[in-house]
Amino acid sequence: MSEAQQGTGSIGRRLTLYLAIVAALLSLLSWGMVAGFARQAAEETQDNVLAAAVTAIAETLRSEQGELRLELPYSAFSMLGAISEDRVFYRVTANGALLTGYADLPVATDPNTRAGEVSFTTQSYRGEDLRLATLSRRILAGNQPTLVIVTVGQTREGIATIALDLSRQAGLVSIAFFLVAVLLSFFAARTSLRPLNEIAGAVSRRGPSDLRPLRRPAPDELAPLIAALNRFMDRLGHSIRRSEEFILEAAHRVRTPLATVRVQADLALRNASGEAERNRLRQMIRAIDESSRSAGQLLDHATVAFRTDDLLRDHLSLKNLAAQTATAMTPTASMKDIDIDLKAEDIIVAGDAVLLDSALRNILDNAIKYSPEDTTISICVEAKGGYGYITVRDEGTGLGDDPAEVLTQRFKRGRNTENIVGSGLGLTIAADVLAAHGGRLELSNNKEGEGTCASLVLPLL
Amino acid sequence: MRLACLTLALSLWISPAAAFEPEDFLRIEGTGDRVLRILSTADLDVFTPYLEAFHRTNPSLDLEYTVASSTDLHREIGSGAVYDVAISSAMDLQFQLANDGLTQRYRSPMTQSLPDWAKWRDVIFAFTTEPAVVLVSTEYFEGLSIPQSRQDLIEVLRDNPARFAGSIGTYDVRDSGLGYLFATQEARATDAYWRLSEVMGRLNPTLYCCSGQMIEDVMSGKLALAYNVLGSYVAERLADQSEGRVQILRMTDFSNVILRTALIPSTAQNPNDAGAFIDALLSIALRDGADGWPLPPLNDASPAASSAGFGPIRIGPALMVYLDPLNRRNFLAEWENAIVQQ
Repeated sequence: MSEAQQGTGSIGRRLTLYLAIVAALLSLLSWGMVAGFARQAAEETQDNVLAAAVTAIAETLRSEQGELRLELPYSAFSMLGAISEDRVFYRVTANGALLTGYADLPVATDPNTRAGEVSFTTQSYRGEDLRLATLSRRILAGNQPTLVIVTVGQTREGIATIALDLSRQAGLVSIAFFLVAVLLSFFAARTSLRPLNEIAGAVSRRGPSDLRPLRRPAPDELAPLIAALNRFMDRLGHSIRRSEEFILEAAHRVRTPLATVRVQADLALRNASGEAERNRLRQMIRAIDESSRSAGQLLDHATVAFRTDDLLRDHLSLKNLAAQTATAMTPTASMKDIDIDLKAEDIIVAGDAVLLDSALRNILDNAIKYSPEDTTISICVEAKGGYGYITVRDEGTGLGDDPAEVLTQRFKRGRNTENIVGSGLGLTIAADVLAAHGGRLELSNNKEGEGTCASLVLPLL
Repeated sequence: MRLACLTLALSLWISPAAAFEPEDFLRIEGTGDRVLRILSTADLDVFTPYLEAFHRTNPSLDLEYTVASSTDLHREIGSGAVYDVAISSAMDLQFQLANDGLTQRYRSPMTQSLPDWAKWRDVIFAFTTEPAVVLVSTEYFEGLSIPQSRQDLIEVLRDNPARFAGSIGTYDVRDSGLGYLFATQEARATDAYWRLSEVMGRLNPTLYCCSGQMIEDVMSGKLALAYNVLGSYVAERLADQSEGRVQILRMTDFSNVILRTALIPSTAQNPNDAGAFIDALLSIALRDGADGWPLPPLNDASPAASSAGFGPIRIGPALMVYLDPLNRRNFLAEWENAIVQQ
């Protein structure tokens, strides 16, 4: 689980990046819009003031004794000066003749505006852009209808300054908005990925043989993943069980004919005459024994694998268990003149009697196998620190230098076992059984003198 | 080709010299080649200290200082005469030059430190605030209280026509650009102006082109009262010398404050030194308190500090209103009706 995987980048980073890009686009958009609005508002303000100015001028027009009189109102110009420091130009014509003002000032002519409405235009005048407002008005001077055209123009520097200021402020707000959005995106990405991390954590925390389906609430998007994972684990479980069944079946089928061959080989040995022939037969018997032992252990192993899936939790006396197993092993031990010495406290644990018997049997089997003839194997049952211990000590060759973890691996054998038959499954079976019960197998060399000390450690009730 | 050059040279030679008669001229020789040409309305006795101070810090520069009336100055710059700095107290005419685009921009840390009301568009820079005052000869007011407002003044003049007849002086606004600016701004600001003008008109007033002559006539006892006199510092000095015979009054109801402004015409050939000169004027203008310069500083007349809460006349397009020929004709007609009363 901790191995580094060839990844395609982090979803969280990618999500943050996408959200940040969206935020950046939105910020740019809002900045552009605010800047546009600001400019528009500033321009409208100028237009309104210009319109007020031309209207004020046009309204002072009057006819006195057949003569057109005009007095430029002070307010019209002071309000133009109030909004900005811009240059102001004006022109008033009557029937095309200049009444007052700048003769060369352009006139805003908008065909769409009706009489009495102000029309606007922007033109270049004396080297600067000018916003012009024009209003025309018909006045009766004497009997003569006179068309008076009033135009007021103002440069646009103030507008540009205001628009630039507002745009700069809008830009700062947009940048702040963007930064906040990026921060929020980061948290949003983390929050939405949390269920995924939780599921990954739950899967990686599982034991090596835990293939139960995953039952935890998950977001809709992750439900298919969990369903697929569960289906996969289900298939995996089935496939493992099938192979265990196959092994069980195979071992069973091999063991029965082996027994027959063993009996026949025994008979042949008894009837054999030449020493060479006897030796061959003895070797044969040895091989047959080994094979049938291995088949037995394979059977045990498969049984362990099966039974740990649905572990029984019966209350057992470790003392009884040890006594029964020791009794069962006594014939084998006595073949090598080995005594089995049992010292037991009465300790109750919860567990599967068949499995625990199998575990202890494998340990005792090993002890007998690696002990020299005419020695003692001692079994001690005791409670220490919340755990029940069945400790088996022999006077054999010891473990050698290999660590306990290596010895409990399947088909691994110690380096000092060349001359002794063995499959390498015994310790694996014992360790698996104990692990299934929440316990462990402790292996060490005897402190005093030679031999191995193996402890089956089980949690007390 | 040679002929064309000759005619061009001739026309350049003839055209500026023809119409314009300077009132006064001063040239301060510098050690280098560069020349700074200044056209100004300020008299030499007022302005020489400024020129000398600038000459001390820029000894290489030739200074040519030409004194002209505000209308002449306006016409000269408007017709494209070559000057590097134009200084005038007629704010409206200065503004029109700037508005019509006959000026150059100038920007320096010194101009940036000016308050907003003392500059316009980095083109016009004010360096003095000068109030319009009333100068009175106390001998004429024996037994009467010295008026403090236009209303007082109207009453005093109306009640004692015999005493004041022929001894009132004011600007002839038809000739004086500054007088016209004072009159129009006052007419706009207070309706007492026209009533006062009516009362003065009945007393057969003497009309003047410039402040200087008016001040002298009050000093000599020829005038009882000079209305709207500029140059309070000069007047103050004279009032001190007169040992109480002459008093300076600022009307408490309203008092015009004008800004003497400088600008760089677009024809300027030496805009760099012109900018330096303006900076020098502004650094004097922004000094703290009065310390011997002939013209008052800028900072003692901020809008809040000036008399009766009125600020200096604002630099802005509204100044162009009374320059409009139609408005000018109307205003002068009304003024003549009130003052001249023929």
